[in-house]
Amino acid sequence: MTAAASVSRVGLVVVSHSAMLANGVAELALQMAPDVVVLPVGGTEEGGLGTDYGAVVEALADADAGAGVVVLYDLGSAKMTAEMAVESADDPSRYAVVDAPLVEGAVAAAVAAQGGAPLPDVASAAEGASGEAPVSAPTRPALHLVPDAVSAEVLLTNAVGLHARPAALLARTVAELDADVVVRYGAEEANAASVLALMGLSAPGGKSITVVATGKDAEEAVRRIEELAKRGFDD
Amino acid sequence: MGCTAADVVAAVRAAAAVVQDHRDELVRLDQAIGDADHGENMKRGFTAVLSRLDTEPPDTPGKVLKLVATTLISTVGGAAGPLYGTAFLRASAAVGDAAELDRDTVARALQAALEGVFARGKAVVGDKTMVDALTPAVTAAASAEGTVAATLSAAADAAEEGASSTVPMVARKGRASYLGERSAGHMDPGARSTALLLRAFADAAAKA
Repeated sequence: MTAAASVSRVGLVVVSHSAMLANGVAELALQMAPDVVVLPVGGTEEGGLGTDYGAVVEALADADAGAGVVVLYDLGSAKMTAEMAVESADDPSRYAVVDAPLVEGAVAAAVAAQGGAPLPDVASAAEGASGEAPVSAPTRPALHLVPDAVSAEVLLTNAVGLHARPAALLARTVAELDADVVVRYGAEEANAASVLALMGLSAPGGKSITVVATGKDAEEAVRRIEELAKRGFDD
Repeated sequence: MGCTAADVVAAVRAAAAVVQDHRDELVRLDQAIGDADHGENMKRGFTAVLSRLDTEPPDTPGKVLKLVATTLISTVGGAAGPLYGTAFLRASAAVGDAAELDRDTVARALQAALEGVFARGKAVVGDKTMVDALTPAVTAAASAEGTVAATLSAAADAAEEGASSTVPMVARKGRASYLGERSAGHMDPGARSTALLLRAFADAAAKA
């Protein structure tokens, strides 16, 4: 394998009052990012609702493969427990407790971590996951007007279009490359690095999206997305 | 005339008994505006404190406070864990290695505890939290004169008034804040438990 395969990824710890909730969030995040360590820590030691400080401390250490850990939480006291656990660590700077929507934040962070992003970027991916619709085209820089931009119309051949899994696949493909990519559908435009923004386009199967890329790997990015779409996102 | 480690242990045991006695009351208060677990969480935490005091009795007041802190942090399971845990941890650091606590040290420890709660929970006076009980307690302790018992008694009086003052407040922190206006009309359970703990400490100091 390439050198990149041996580089450790940022891990995730999901702190919730509920074991079921923590496990569910981890399950969703792992679906998008199978190679990321996502550790759920939910409920008290006795199995009730609450947070277990000792378990959080352990999970922080277990989730850190060398690139640090992003910690997500559900409610205020889980945040306090997470912050105390981080403060107790030998090197608190290896951990980032992020103020993010739990589900969207975990998914966005997992996909960023899967793509090999460093700790600050994985943290920002979580924090930027507001769950809102993507910014509409006119308010974003008009990437398609950049002279060296590469663009293509891509038909979504799979039945469901850019739903969760295909969006995650697309974002992961782009994350590996040195390229800025946006996806347009109708009047909406989404940064291809953001799974949530891609999902927010609500582009259905049978329709075409426009992919616009700039940067060193722009052509490769467009080529890979075309290939993905042709394979129906392996649905 | 100061408080030894044994006195502090006695005060913590008294606090544990009070928490046990008021478990149902704290549950009821938390049921009204929170997640109904404060009484049970505090009871679990202080029960664990008692058993650790039996197995590893600390030999300085600071170490007693630290034992309380670490035990509450790892066993309470709700917001009270990190909040009281941080409070006792800061109080422990404030008293250092002192073999006995005089009234100034006690007042300083309370001040440090409050600063810890501020740092951890980011609540301010008026948010309907334990800060509304602890803040007036610290002020009262700082200006109290006489013995440790008198200092703690003044703090407890102020904390009880502070806890009562949370009744009409609309919560701006914690689970109760989701209720908005509906949180008014109920005493904050955290403010109540703070007042209970300080009263227990004051009564124990008076007996020492």
